[in-house]
Amino acid sequence: MAEYPRIRRVGLSGLLVQFGEEMSEPANRAAIALRAAVEAQDWPEVRETSTSLVSTFISADLVAAAPEALTEKLHALLATQNWYSAPLPAGRTLWEIPTLYGTDEAPQLEEAAEAAGVSAKTAIAELSAARVRVLTIGFAPGQPYTGELPPHWNIPRQQALTRSVPAGALVVAIRQLIIFTNASPTGWRHVGQTAFRTFRPDSDAPIALSPGDEMCFPSVSAAEYTRIKAADTSGNGGAQRSVLA
Amino acid sequence: MTKTLEVLSCGPAVTVQDMGRSGYLAQGLTRGGAADVRALFEGAALLGQSAQLAALEMVGMGGSFRATADIRIALTGATMAATLDDVPLVWNASHLMPAGSTLKIGGARSGTYGYLHVGGGIDTPQMMGSRSAHLSAGLGEALVAGDALPIGTDKGSTTGMSLPLDDRFAGGHIRIITSMQTDRFDEETCARFATTPFRRDARGNRMGVRMDHDGAPFVAADQLTILSDVIVTGDIQIAGDGAPLVLMCECQTTGGYPRIGTVIPSDLARVAQATSGAALTFGFIDLEEARAIEQRAAASNATLSAQVVPLLRDPHSIRDLLSYQLVSGAISATDNPFLSEE
Repeated sequence: MAEYPRIRRVGLSGLLVQFGEEMSEPANRAAIALRAAVEAQDWPEVRETSTSLVSTFISADLVAAAPEALTEKLHALLATQNWYSAPLPAGRTLWEIPTLYGTDEAPQLEEAAEAAGVSAKTAIAELSAARVRVLTIGFAPGQPYTGELPPHWNIPRQQALTRSVPAGALVVAIRQLIIFTNASPTGWRHVGQTAFRTFRPDSDAPIALSPGDEMCFPSVSAAEYTRIKAADTSGNGGAQRSVLA
Repeated sequence: MTKTLEVLSCGPAVTVQDMGRSGYLAQGLTRGGAADVRALFEGAALLGQSAQLAALEMVGMGGSFRATADIRIALTGATMAATLDDVPLVWNASHLMPAGSTLKIGGARSGTYGYLHVGGGIDTPQMMGSRSAHLSAGLGEALVAGDALPIGTDKGSTTGMSLPLDDRFAGGHIRIITSMQTDRFDEETCARFATTPFRRDARGNRMGVRMDHDGAPFVAADQLTILSDVIVTGDIQIAGDGAPLVLMCECQTTGGYPRIGTVIPSDLARVAQATSGAALTFGFIDLEEARAIEQRAAASNATLSAQVVPLLRDPHSIRDLLSYQLVSGAISATDNPFLSEE
């Protein structure tokens, strides 16, 4: 790990601090914590910040100012603490989102279970009981990458893409679960369907989830899912939310 | 009464665009906005107004429009066949569009993205801080016949102005700089990338533009193990098939394919505007050169209005030629009659 964290220039768009070469919980936590620290610095040259799985992006105008000064400031900030042991942000939310596993709504449950080496019934029990964390938001507005599932869920993405999964689809690969924002082709396997909308453009709060939030996907029956879908106008899809201490 | 621009008919990909929205990268939403930002500055210079105002972006073809009041318009970006009540209009110029007249904008003659600007700007409600449709994100919609777009208050009155046509519509050389994953490609691959002639593939849109080439695919050293990381507009992604894809204004915010470099902002419009089959090459420049180019480009955008000149009127295009007093008074042998042209 000696070479991390490291700072990389991103074209003329800013700087990236990478905390590792692969996904790990401490590196993800470090990226989230550094982003909060950079935001708190309120440096005038910083336009906005974001995190990916194990990195923090600092958007800055490198045309107006060469990257050296900002790089030095970042090095100094990085030196102030061990970011891999930084606490998670305060005021995180736990989301419990009713999920219909399998059936025609989510046709790849059995295939995914087989890849993970468990029965379909065990897969539902495991995914239904798992509590995962939002590792990053990306690809599409509000779309969460959550993890990590137990090691046997380190299943590869499909070689051939599924032509389209609908908005609200719960998909799995590489020990992570995603809820899709919009209908999209994907190599991830479609194991569950939710009525949760990750992006609500007409709402005052268009994006519900934040990195660090925790999520559960409890199994509901087809009848219950249909009832929730018909009744929901908020986009929450019957989700229960509570604030984590 | 509010002025509106009515859409009588339109092509499949006409949207309202401005400079896009910032501040949402962390939430998975890229800036979006006009594919050819230079065209927004040109429209603003022609109409003497802010480049932040929204315009219509027309991909490949425009549509038919009518206004409920006299309005000023400007046409920029990819040159398209345009007429006002069947009289041809000059592109890259501003014009008066009288109430009730019909503006028809046809197919692109060169380039891909044409723009229709109106005096006062298109004044549709802002969505998350911008009027831009971001279709890949599910934000806003393409225009359809029957839409009526509100127009903002126009503080100007001048029309009949033009700007010289730029050369960014036919491909050409694209300057790029290294980025965070360039070193995932060995020197030989980077050198080959910079000497390979590319053609713009038919697959291209506001999310990305694919490049075709002859010869071996481009491959990163550890292509499949790269963790998903931040994407910025202009990144040149090498996907599994070894063909480069230049990521455009509506790209996703993160991605797991390696990126060999990033197109400098000034040359992105040239990538966007290139039509299918257009020849392009990519060449690395160093950071300091790129910064100097972008600083000059920003200055150029800010001073475009100094290049605006009155349209030279071709007598063939003057509808009411006979009503003009073409000859009057005594003719002087010494005065140059051409100097009196406004």
